[in-house]
Amino acid sequence: MNWFGIILVTLLLIALQDKWSWISEYPDAFILPITGWLNVMMDWLVSNLGWFFMGVSWFLEWPIQSVQWALHALPWAATTFIFCVLAFVASGWRLVFFTLASCLYMVVIGYWPESMNTLSLVAISVPLAILIGFGVGVWGFYSSRAERMIMPILDMLQTIPVFAYLLPILMLFGFGTVVGLIASILYSFPPMVRNTIVGLRQVLPEVIESGVMSGATPRQLFWQVRVPSAHKQLLLGVNQSTMASLSMVIIASIIGGTSDIGWEVLSTIRKAQFGESLLVGLVIALMAMVIDRITAGMATRSDDYDRENKTWVQRHRYWIIAAIGTAIVFALAQMVTVLSAWPREMEFSPAREMNEALTYFIINFRAEIESIKTFAFFFIMLPTKIGLQGAISPFTWGFELKTWHVIVYTISMVTLALLSGRRWGIKINILVLLLALFLYIGVTKMPWPAMVLICVFAAWRMGGRNLALGTFLGLIFLVVTGMWFEAMLSVYLCGIAAIISFVLGTAIGIWASTSEKVSSIIRPINDTLQTMPLFVIIIPFVMVFKIGEFTALLAIIAYSIVPSIRYAEHGLRNLPEGVIEAATMMGGTNRQLLWQVKIPLALPVMMLGLNQTIMYAIAMLVIAALVGTNGLEQLVYIGLSDGDFGLGIVAGAGMAIIAIIVDRMTQAWSKKRQAQLGLEV
Amino acid sequence: MEKSTMNKDVRLSCRNIWKVYGPESDQFFEGGNGVVDDPETLAENMAKSDHIVANANVSFDVHVGEIFVIMGLSGSGKSTIVRCLSRLVEPDAGEIFLDGEDLLKKTSSELIEIRRHKMGMVFQSFGLLPHLNVIDNIAFPLKLQGIPEKERYAQAERVIELVGLQGRESNFPKELSGGQQQRVGIARSLAVEPDVWLLDEPFSALDPLIRKKMQDEFLRIQSLLHKSIVFITHDFQEALRIADRMAIMRDGKIVQIGRPVDLILNPVDDYVREFTHDVPWESILRASDIVEKPDGPIEGMGRVSGDTSLASLLSYLSDHEEGVIVEAKDGSVLGIARGQGLLSALALGCAIGPAHVKV
Repeated sequence: MNWFGIILVTLLLIALQDKWSWISEYPDAFILPITGWLNVMMDWLVSNLGWFFMGVSWFLEWPIQSVQWALHALPWAATTFIFCVLAFVASGWRLVFFTLASCLYMVVIGYWPESMNTLSLVAISVPLAILIGFGVGVWGFYSSRAERMIMPILDMLQTIPVFAYLLPILMLFGFGTVVGLIASILYSFPPMVRNTIVGLRQVLPEVIESGVMSGATPRQLFWQVRVPSAHKQLLLGVNQSTMASLSMVIIASIIGGTSDIGWEVLSTIRKAQFGESLLVGLVIALMAMVIDRITAGMATRSDDYDRENKTWVQRHRYWIIAAIGTAIVFALAQMVTVLSAWPREMEFSPAREMNEALTYFIINFRAEIESIKTFAFFFIMLPTKIGLQGAISPFTWGFELKTWHVIVYTISMVTLALLSGRRWGIKINILVLLLALFLYIGVTKMPWPAMVLICVFAAWRMGGRNLALGTFLGLIFLVVTGMWFEAMLSVYLCGIAAIISFVLGTAIGIWASTSEKVSSIIRPINDTLQTMPLFVIIIPFVMVFKIGEFTALLAIIAYSIVPSIRYAEHGLRNLPEGVIEAATMMGGTNRQLLWQVKIPLALPVMMLGLNQTIMYAIAMLVIAALVGTNGLEQLVYIGLSDGDFGLGIVAGAGMAIIAIIVDRMTQAWSKKRQAQLGLEV
Repeated sequence: MEKSTMNKDVRLSCRNIWKVYGPESDQFFEGGNGVVDDPETLAENMAKSDHIVANANVSFDVHVGEIFVIMGLSGSGKSTIVRCLSRLVEPDAGEIFLDGEDLLKKTSSELIEIRRHKMGMVFQSFGLLPHLNVIDNIAFPLKLQGIPEKERYAQAERVIELVGLQGRESNFPKELSGGQQQRVGIARSLAVEPDVWLLDEPFSALDPLIRKKMQDEFLRIQSLLHKSIVFITHDFQEALRIADRMAIMRDGKIVQIGRPVDLILNPVDDYVREFTHDVPWESILRASDIVEKPDGPIEGMGRVSGDTSLASLLSYLSDHEEGVIVEAKDGSVLGIARGQGLLSALALGCAIGPAHVKV
């Protein structure tokens, strides 16, 4: 059995689908009512064990309330002062100014209390997530059996869309801030586990041996040798957990509905107050950036230890400054009220002007905006979705699809496949044929048996028997739960986004690898996009292009392009130097060097970039459901808003399945290729 | 030579140590003293069944105040044996006696006590704790014992002086050069004043000039402290420079044990002989190694001590055909050394085959 056989079978299935309808559409009668079973199970759980979860919920309410109370009781000036001291310790004066400016922005724009509500949730969830993550990580480190059990659970927690597990939490723990807290802990402890395991494992064996030979007891060895040596990786975990927690807290406010910053963004978007939503979105972005820079700064700072022996006061100078300073600012705020409560009339919000400017822009450039949208829809999105056979009509392309068109298409594609196959090998030949086929039929119109066949075969070629089996089971789950069509809608949107992101991102990455200037411009943009909560990225696109699939596509591209750029640049910049020098000495031109030496060698790393791009695209797709898409992500969202637990979980699991299959396939390929080249990332 | 004054008491004794890695490595022994009838065949069988034999029937003694060097190429099992001695690696069979007590029978808490007071170890890549500065790294073993800060800093200060790191106390490891980092490693291993000092390729990560300097430093420290030392190296020259006695290991087995000069003059097989090819014979061999009976009167000839190296005799002998009188430490005459004898000794060492000489 080879690829040509698979293509033949696919063609056969396409030909037969009019005759046997089950080929094109899985019959409803055979759909397993998993959704219903899950709902029954959940009801049982709620009615029998509900008291337990409610108790936990009641218990957790206390710390949240008290932190919230504290943050509100502190005048904004005092809180800002504490943050600035933290920023100084973490990194230096530049971060202090950035922190100060961000805090002032929150105050002046009038969203200080909402920001503090969000922060208090983060302040509770992060320590808990870190504690749990560290504990689980240590367990996984000491027992490989536990690790094998933990890893798939972490994968699931990180790939199942957030919305899918918001509902069960809501049903079990009841409404309120606790939902956000628990969701955020569940989402943010996995990075800590991973970093803990990696960090503890990375400690050099000789350091451990030297500890043993110094006569350390097992406990001393762990706390005084292993943990301090893994310090840096652990702090990296803290940073990642904090960021995950913040993004989750914001998403969770969709249902939490408390007056925090995420809720403000959502409600302003819903009311189409785009100026306001952008201003509030900026608050989230600034908050994320400040927290990220502070925690990341702490992680890198741990490298520089103090040189001299210091007195107690010197060693604790930052604590002392923070305490005294806060006390002074607090006292000042009692006298100067501006420092504690910023008066309403001094608030400055350019939202109205922004809205007017936006309206002006949209009215004046309506034609351009519309034509971009139409072009993309008719010529890129529609063909991918329902194929050229469905997309071409007098209304869209201006002509009708006739038989001779199809013949010309077939002949030119086969010729292209043969030519490129001769130039670059059989694999490219097959790839072109498959793409041509998909473009003609359309992702959503491809018969499901054919799709399953192609995916399983690809999995088998890339990762062997186990991967093929896993892929088969995963896809069959999508089929028998009756979500195949929605799944393909998700795949189509993600697919286009990922391909565009990868091509564009890799091009930018290659450019950045050749020029320091480009690289230094792109890096901060990437950093910002990556720390930005997904929510915020959508806002500018919704403002201009309104709700719809096209907006979703743009938002997904904006987010998922980052890893493609990063990995391409990283891969090209970190090639073994000897090879490049040798190729240069053979007299290769820059172009030859790039295409014949650098790119082939960097390809495995670029593939990891593709992997990350797809993962990012799926993560963004979930959020993009808010602006109107039709795939699995929308089912998840519907499940959440209708309170249909089973639907949300099954659709969410479906998305996780797609994500995990793609992840394993690209990783397997990249690993195989790297092993062939003898490289390591 | 100073070996003659060496104390012959055994401090550390390693008896029939076996260490096997592989799928069923525990099938061959169940503890036991490692004494087998035919170790050669057993090791072969182990290797045949996909096991890696890291140590096969390794036995040696380390005397009080002696530098015992284990030399071998990578994969010869030398690092494993030193880890067996410290029980960082558990041997599959055999016995290790420290001052007459079997180390392998010690419980883990007894072992911690032994490591805290009797053993010090130095590692190839230093094994320093990145988050502690020099003095805290050195005082770390003392801290683990719960010694108060003042006392342990005082002790650390003493060893810092010994290794010549004064003024570097508050630096962190990454601020130090490789040579300085290893000085910290050495100081830390000496902080608890151990009797047995294990050094696992301590200078291999350093560049040649620094290595030479550190070897001198090491010999100086040893001349002050008189520890019982096991020193691992892959460098034959290094072994020759510092060893009182040495063992050569290959494929987990000890090939030969003896004084450096014994190994050079009487290599047991071609493997050992190959190492001796590059040896600078004229600086290893001593006048006492080439003495012959005087065949005439010896009055009026020059006199040298027995441990004079041949290199420094060359110019004298080229001018004095009759030779030179070689005397022992006590002044008694051992015999005479002559140009001819020196030439034949060097020829013996350097001989790959006789050169074609036209007459």
